[in-house]
Amino acid sequence: MAHPSSDTHSAAPPHGFAFILRRALISAAIALVLFALMIGVRTEAGPTGVLIYWTRFGDLAALVGAVFVGSIIVELIRTFLGPVEIARRVPDGLRNGLSALRRFAVPALLVFAVLIPVIFYQQRYILDLSILVLTYVMLGWGLNIVVGLAGLLDLGYVAFYAVGAYSYALLSTTFGLSFWICLPLAGILAAFWGMMLGFPVLRLKGDYLAIVTLAFGEIIRIVLLNWQSLTGGPNGISGIPRPTAFGIPLTAGPDGLAARLGIPFSPTHRIVFLFYLILALALLTNWATIRLRRLPIGRAWEALREDEVACRALGINTVVTKLTAFALGAMFGGFAGAFFATRQGFISPESFSFQESALVLAIVVLGGMGSQLGVALAAVAMIGGFELFRGFDQYRMLVFGVAMVLLMIWRPRGLIGHRAPSVYLARRDAIAADLVKEGHG
Amino acid sequence: MTGSDILEVTHLSMTFGGIRAVSDLSFTAGRGAITALIGPNGAGKTTVFNCITGFYKPTTGMIRLVHDDNRDFLLERLFDFRIAKRARVARTFQNIRLFSGMTLLENLMVAQHNPLMRASGFTVLGLFGAPGYRAAERAAIDRARHWLDRIGLIARADDAAGNLPYGDQRRLEIARAMCTEPALLCLDEPAAGLNARESEALGELLLSIRGDTGTSLLLIEHDMSVVMGISDRIVVLDHGVRIAEGTPKEIRDDPRVIAAYLGSDEEDAVAEMEGSA
Amino acid sequence: MDYFAQQLINGIALGSIYGLIAIGYTMVYGIVGMINFAHGDIFMIGGFIALISFLVLVSIGVTAVPVVLLLVLIVAMATTALYGWTVERIAYRPLRHSFRLAPMLSAIGMSFVLSNFSQVSQGARIKSIAPIITGGYTLFETGGFAVRLSNIQIFIVLTTVALLLAFSWLVGRTRLGRDMRACEQDQTMAALLGVDVDRTISMTFVIGAALASVAGLMYLLYYGVVDFFMGFVAGIKAFTAAVLGGIGSLPGAMLGGLAIGLIETFWAAYFSSEYKDVAAFSILIVVLIFLPTGLLGRPEVEKV
Repeated sequence: MAHPSSDTHSAAPPHGFAFILRRALISAAIALVLFALMIGVRTEAGPTGVLIYWTRFGDLAALVGAVFVGSIIVELIRTFLGPVEIARRVPDGLRNGLSALRRFAVPALLVFAVLIPVIFYQQRYILDLSILVLTYVMLGWGLNIVVGLAGLLDLGYVAFYAVGAYSYALLSTTFGLSFWICLPLAGILAAFWGMMLGFPVLRLKGDYLAIVTLAFGEIIRIVLLNWQSLTGGPNGISGIPRPTAFGIPLTAGPDGLAARLGIPFSPTHRIVFLFYLILALALLTNWATIRLRRLPIGRAWEALREDEVACRALGINTVVTKLTAFALGAMFGGFAGAFFATRQGFISPESFSFQESALVLAIVVLGGMGSQLGVALAAVAMIGGFELFRGFDQYRMLVFGVAMVLLMIWRPRGLIGHRAPSVYLARRDAIAADLVKEGHG
Repeated sequence: MTGSDILEVTHLSMTFGGIRAVSDLSFTAGRGAITALIGPNGAGKTTVFNCITGFYKPTTGMIRLVHDDNRDFLLERLFDFRIAKRARVARTFQNIRLFSGMTLLENLMVAQHNPLMRASGFTVLGLFGAPGYRAAERAAIDRARHWLDRIGLIARADDAAGNLPYGDQRRLEIARAMCTEPALLCLDEPAAGLNARESEALGELLLSIRGDTGTSLLLIEHDMSVVMGISDRIVVLDHGVRIAEGTPKEIRDDPRVIAAYLGSDEEDAVAEMEGSA
Repeated sequence: MDYFAQQLINGIALGSIYGLIAIGYTMVYGIVGMINFAHGDIFMIGGFIALISFLVLVSIGVTAVPVVLLLVLIVAMATTALYGWTVERIAYRPLRHSFRLAPMLSAIGMSFVLSNFSQVSQGARIKSIAPIITGGYTLFETGGFAVRLSNIQIFIVLTTVALLLAFSWLVGRTRLGRDMRACEQDQTMAALLGVDVDRTISMTFVIGAALASVAGLMYLLYYGVVDFFMGFVAGIKAFTAAVLGGIGSLPGAMLGGLAIGLIETFWAAYFSSEYKDVAAFSILIVVLIFLPTGLLGRPEVEKV
């Protein structure tokens, strides 16, 4: 765990075994100190309520041993590959591969996505997982407008997801409004919140903006948790109506879609319908983003990310420009929230924790800020990877954290860091990642 | 202020926490003319620019800009982006501020943001590809093409601005400012870092901009060959105070300027002024 | 009035804890210009280490309270400092000159790692211990309401003052402190003048973590509980304290900590305790919007 990932001294010619051994020993010693108490001793409330403890020296030894061996392996690989860092080597190949594949990959992926319910009709698990992945693809694309294009660091994106979900849940359970009326309302409400939260904080830059948006996200969650009379508090809202196929319920009754079409009813119909719904919503987000990038507002977002002072000198109203990015990102978050509510049928504040914001932001940054394809791939990788640990629930967040750290070290600019120009005269060459700025707001 | 002046700065002062960067400065810039603001480092020239373009709010003083149609603007009361949008004052920066991750063409398209925004119906019409917007976009691309042509960078239109050599970046920044169709163009050391030949080309570009578009120019410059060669009028600042104003010839012969400009070492100063003639 | 006085005392004790955490934020922000998102969890780890070492010490027969406290303090500071060092080494150093978002996300990742590491290794349930420092003084009593100053509150405030004095000496008078201030101004120049920038940044994380572990120990003594999730909210509040005091300013961090502690205590006492976190977060937002340089920070002029 404690092996240094980049070390200025390791640029020297290949090291001897003694050197590697020494480093591994140091790493193991550090691990021993770090874990001695946290792993070696386990505390728990005893039968009388008084805290007791027992030792786990076996686990401690195993872990320290693992660090020792892992450290040797890492050092060996590093020595073997010479001074060129492994981390820098892999991505080049991947990037070239990606750009070559890109032309075919996008339509192929799209066709595959459309066909998923056909191919996996019998596998409910895969359908559910695909819906989950697509939800995050949509959230990633929505946040990409704010972070990737406009360069505004938003760590409270989940707040708008929550606003959308609760808007739909409350509007449908109290007023009986249908999904198709609530969906745009949820989006508008989320956009409205986006503007309300966005307006005061847009002067802030970088980390300050990040922490303020994080605080906003938390405030919304705490309010949802404590405003019992409206939101049901920690118990959430249940019995949220399922979506209808434009008014026709997807139920087994005589009014149901199956009965009307004269086909036998299957509960999978609803899953398939939900799948196409979220696919359509995600593609809407994608379509809007691609269009917006080629419009003056989209170019102004990217210009804002590049240099805000120059934008002002060119007569661009930076406040309005930032607010539109915030509002649009929030709107798509709200759509996704409404979808989440109708899919689950039940929502509670627990679903809208800071971890969700961090996950969506990780998807955007790992995807390569601003790249639509990259964000989609990152969502598939992250959520898919998350699923692999379904059996080890308590380790999931731990692994997620480790993955976030390693992925950032491996690829700080994301999978697809270069940028495609929004308009061109003769050639459409990608712009290298190191020229593209990340924004300061 | 006579009717032929586009910009009138009166009693301008700017203080930063006790330090007076500009004090009681008054000068005018002629319509369709090239006015240069010169002075030693730290004389307060960039501060004056930042006050004119709204990045600083002056402590006291008035900055009045009059368009050809006699509409006038009090710049010290306008927000920075409104100065560029309404009063049509464009500027470049001492330390070039291009959108380095965007192409040359995109840089020039961003400069036409406001007219394009209107044409796109504030995005709504543009989102659905309304024909009016398409025409406006084509016109904007044509204007960008025109300016890229003029600065000789049309072949690199689709390259990232950050990849251009230094001198080209300076010219691109000027072209970008011109794409906003300014009434007054403020250039902050446009010749800094350019070699002699590039400086000469820059001078020609600035003269042709004035000649073809009638744009008034206000420039800060240290390169005396450029200043003396193209300016109609020169204002000399030292320690935030105006110490001289006049035609290049008057300035060149003014002993106060020579003394202030290069400090006590008068001979060198004279040599520099002469050399640039 | 008595109720007020009692809340004032409670608020100062709580504020001391926030202040100690805030120093870590302000130091790291000053030197690398980034929020250390894992710092709140370092505080949590400090609390856990203190808890475990306390249990172990008592069970092996060390029962004299001052001795136990001193040993726990040493163990907690040393171990947690190493956690701080590790966080810097893994999540920050490889990304030193990279894209700015990357270290932020790796630090957030590190924060997840630390909190879930505690959850996995020590269980998700809240751990509570019996009070270690007991007793106190009744300052005055009117109408049946006694204003009390407990020994633990005295301990917290005294320890905080002592640490602050030691820390001011470290930053102001030692070679390390000078190196830290130099790196804060200009890392490249500092490196050219022979300052070991990597080591200095490491030490900044180490010192910040050591102070946070003391805060963790105090939290454990004061409330008698620790849990794996306590670092998140405490971290945001301490960051608020750092911002309120003016980021980069050490006295500011302490002042901000006291302010946040008092505000939170009074809010919970007079309004509602459910929304006390909302109060702290709202203050963060309001301060950043209206007073972005904080109480003791230096104003910045935008360079054009």
